[in-house]
Amino acid sequence: MNKMRPIAVFAAGVVAAAGLAACGGGDDSGGSGSGPGYNAGNQAQVNKSDKKGGTLKFGDSDDWDSPDPGNTYYAFSQNFARLYGRGLTTFKPAAGKESLEVVPDLATDMGQSSDGGKTWTYKLRTGVKYDDGSTVTSKDVKYAVERSNYTKELQLGPKYFKQYLVDNKPAYKGPYEDKSDEGLKSIETPDDQTIVFHLNTPFQEFDYLVAMSQTMPVPKAKDTGTKYETAIVSSGPYKVDNYTRGKSMTLSRNPNWNQSTDPIRKALPDKIEVQVKQNADDIDQRLLAGSLDMDIAGVGVQSGTQPKVLTPEQKPYVDNPVQGFLRFMSLNQHVKPLDNKHCRVAVQYATDKVAAQTAYGGPLAGGDVATTVLPPSVDGYTKFDLYPQKQAENGGLDEATVAKAKQELQACGKPDGFSTKISARSDRPKEVAMAEAIQQSLAKVGIKVSIVQYPAGDYFNKYVGVPKYVHEHGIGMMIMAWAADWPTGYGFLAQIVHGDAIKPSGGNNLAEMDDPAVNKGLDDAIANPDKAARMKAYGEVDKLVMGTAMEVPLVYAKALMYRPKRVTNAGITYSYGGMYDYLNMGVE
Amino acid sequence: MFAYIIRRLIGAVVMLLLVSLVTFGIFFWLPKLAGQTTDQIAASYVGKAPTAEAIQDTKERLGLDKPVVVQYGNYLKALAVGKDYKAGPVTDHCPAPCMGYSFRSSQPVLETLLDRAPATLSLAIGAAIVWLGVGISTGVVSALRRGSVWDRASMIIALAGVSLPIYFTGLVSLALFSYTFKIFPGGGSYTSVTDNPLRWFEALVLPWVTLAFLYAAMYARLTRAGMLETMNEDYIRTARAKGLPERTVVTKHALRASLTPIMTIFGLDLGLLLGGAVLTENTFGIPGLGRLAIDSIRSGDLPMVLGVTLLTATSIIVINLIVDLLYAVVDPRVRLG
Repeated sequence: MNKMRPIAVFAAGVVAAAGLAACGGGDDSGGSGSGPGYNAGNQAQVNKSDKKGGTLKFGDSDDWDSPDPGNTYYAFSQNFARLYGRGLTTFKPAAGKESLEVVPDLATDMGQSSDGGKTWTYKLRTGVKYDDGSTVTSKDVKYAVERSNYTKELQLGPKYFKQYLVDNKPAYKGPYEDKSDEGLKSIETPDDQTIVFHLNTPFQEFDYLVAMSQTMPVPKAKDTGTKYETAIVSSGPYKVDNYTRGKSMTLSRNPNWNQSTDPIRKALPDKIEVQVKQNADDIDQRLLAGSLDMDIAGVGVQSGTQPKVLTPEQKPYVDNPVQGFLRFMSLNQHVKPLDNKHCRVAVQYATDKVAAQTAYGGPLAGGDVATTVLPPSVDGYTKFDLYPQKQAENGGLDEATVAKAKQELQACGKPDGFSTKISARSDRPKEVAMAEAIQQSLAKVGIKVSIVQYPAGDYFNKYVGVPKYVHEHGIGMMIMAWAADWPTGYGFLAQIVHGDAIKPSGGNNLAEMDDPAVNKGLDDAIANPDKAARMKAYGEVDKLVMGTAMEVPLVYAKALMYRPKRVTNAGITYSYGGMYDYLNMGVE
Repeated sequence: MFAYIIRRLIGAVVMLLLVSLVTFGIFFWLPKLAGQTTDQIAASYVGKAPTAEAIQDTKERLGLDKPVVVQYGNYLKALAVGKDYKAGPVTDHCPAPCMGYSFRSSQPVLETLLDRAPATLSLAIGAAIVWLGVGISTGVVSALRRGSVWDRASMIIALAGVSLPIYFTGLVSLALFSYTFKIFPGGGSYTSVTDNPLRWFEALVLPWVTLAFLYAAMYARLTRAGMLETMNEDYIRTARAKGLPERTVVTKHALRASLTPIMTIFGLDLGLLLGGAVLTENTFGIPGLGRLAIDSIRSGDLPMVLGVTLLTATSIIVINLIVDLLYAVVDPRVRLG
């Protein structure tokens, strides 16, 4: 769900990054400034305030995929859309682990499930109005789901509802083609305050799915299809006054929003401005100068700014959260000799993860060394390490770790090592550097890898996401990054390790893992209504995945996030990939 | 003169057709020669993990399922007679000359270009005034005081101006004059001249100076070289022998003759800038045509790329026509026929 900011090509950044590396990392101590403290925003919202008024100013080096709640995938967009729209549920406006909790929003309560988790019923709050004064009804929620999942025109968002809802016979073609009043039969609206979803399979995390912006209501009469992004009807505390692609968006108060219908929003600023397509380095300068309040993309400051925010004066305004991303290397089980588990285990031991971490930016800007597929910020994470490594005193893997790798090579029948290819995205220099670090560490046990690079835009559609291409070109190792569409084990794992996720092209299960135990573990877990048991099961599935040795976790991504002094209620939410929660943000 | 203009305008139309054909070819044929399929092109307009059904729908919606020749024909047809665009539940009509709709935002291309053009126009014309004023005057003074401290200093500064990239001088000027001394507003502060003329001016001072620094340096060196050559001509000696004041010799005789090559280059430079000053717009967060162009190229938005390319080509062609016509005014030896 998250989106990576293109890496700025700015020579000074290289020098600054070197300076940052010299600073060392992993230090959790606060600076000497008077701010709330380094990493304070990771655990709780800082600078708490109920003060209303002022203008909250965001900047973005890129733009939305679309601000239309029914046509967007970006994490910041999901986070921000809650200012002008209300889904059935949402994530609790809080920091750290607490932010993973799903709470009712437009709905009065969480979904009531029946039929073993195949039917979900929600009751809507009464008195919720759009910015034009008309009343929100359950039919508008149904229409929002239909338009976002079943039309040819809106293709940018996820299609989970289409995947899990029972389809019509013949197949439903979406509200733009199917003009019948009934629409999609598996969504019922018996009255204006009730909506019932009928699923084709038990799915116990449906409350997470309806937290996506696609359940933000859209009145059918106001829908303008692909042009709706410039004429969004608001059900939240703010209305969109103007959105011009490539330029800006401005929000002002929705005069018909009623606080009594909305227990989770504070609606603090009078106005919200977002400038898009701004220079990334300039955004950082403006944050430090106090003329901008927040980088909306939420992926941290640029490498050139990192040393500046780590000075004693600025460090108390910095957070260094885990971002929900895992950077990892998939080992394709059909590319010889990685079809042999021992060869894969040898790679697990011989991959110097600290070297990979350093190549990606070190512990602060790169991330923490990873040993599991699930990152710590995802519900269901269990800490374990099946292939423990140790570093030698003078750097690199110690002798014992290297010896284990060699033992596995012996068992694999390749005592002198083997040759294969490793892929990385050519326009992501840090990823290429990571591949080079891995190449060097594997060479020490005789595994010779040549690096192949492909552009990010085609990486999955044309190259490593196409099994036929991978097999024909013998690409045994593929570096990628992944974040969950919703922050649970299933939301994270299903698209990268479940056998159903293997696709002819554009897939994310690069290892082509189709392990019956892993598939069953995920299928059983998602059907289990007991949340605690489900979360425990995700940890077990993670162990099964690591047991196959097809995935080599490298780093849990982290970023240096800056929260200017005048911003209130700034806390890191794990639900949107480790960025600040925008729901109740304000200014002093 | 009239026949000359007509001939040039007909040539311009042919040139624009060629430009559009080449841009179309680059967009569609080059990726295919590199092995990319239409499905893969379409997949880039769909969200994460696109399904085969979504890719097929997108191909149909954007017309990518048709042969490239047909797509090009449809593009020309829309330019001539307009087209209808189905945005879902509503249908838009785009009147001629319709340059199509963005693959990304579904906004009409011409409307977007017209929305972005004032920012680029403000930047380019303001900067051109600064660089012409500073560059030509510096070049003239340097030529007249050849070998002096002024000449050496200004040529060293000119060399620096040509050598330093805009994304460096721009960010340094922002760091100094916006965020340290707080004299001018920072990046992203551009406002339309009709909304707030004072803020428009304040926000453009740094971009003008930054952009002009690069061009003024080049123009100073060109003017200096031209003036040095002209000042050695026989007719300058004759003018001086006739007892004309030095000011008249320099401005009416030497500078006028030196301006002809500068006008040629100015026409090309301004034409290119009107198509977008990519680096300056990006550094200062100005929503102009340059930023639109680079964003459209990055996102594979063919209609928008075509629109910006045609607009840039038109700017260059029109300005060069004007420059050619001005030759006759500046230099009496030139006659158009």
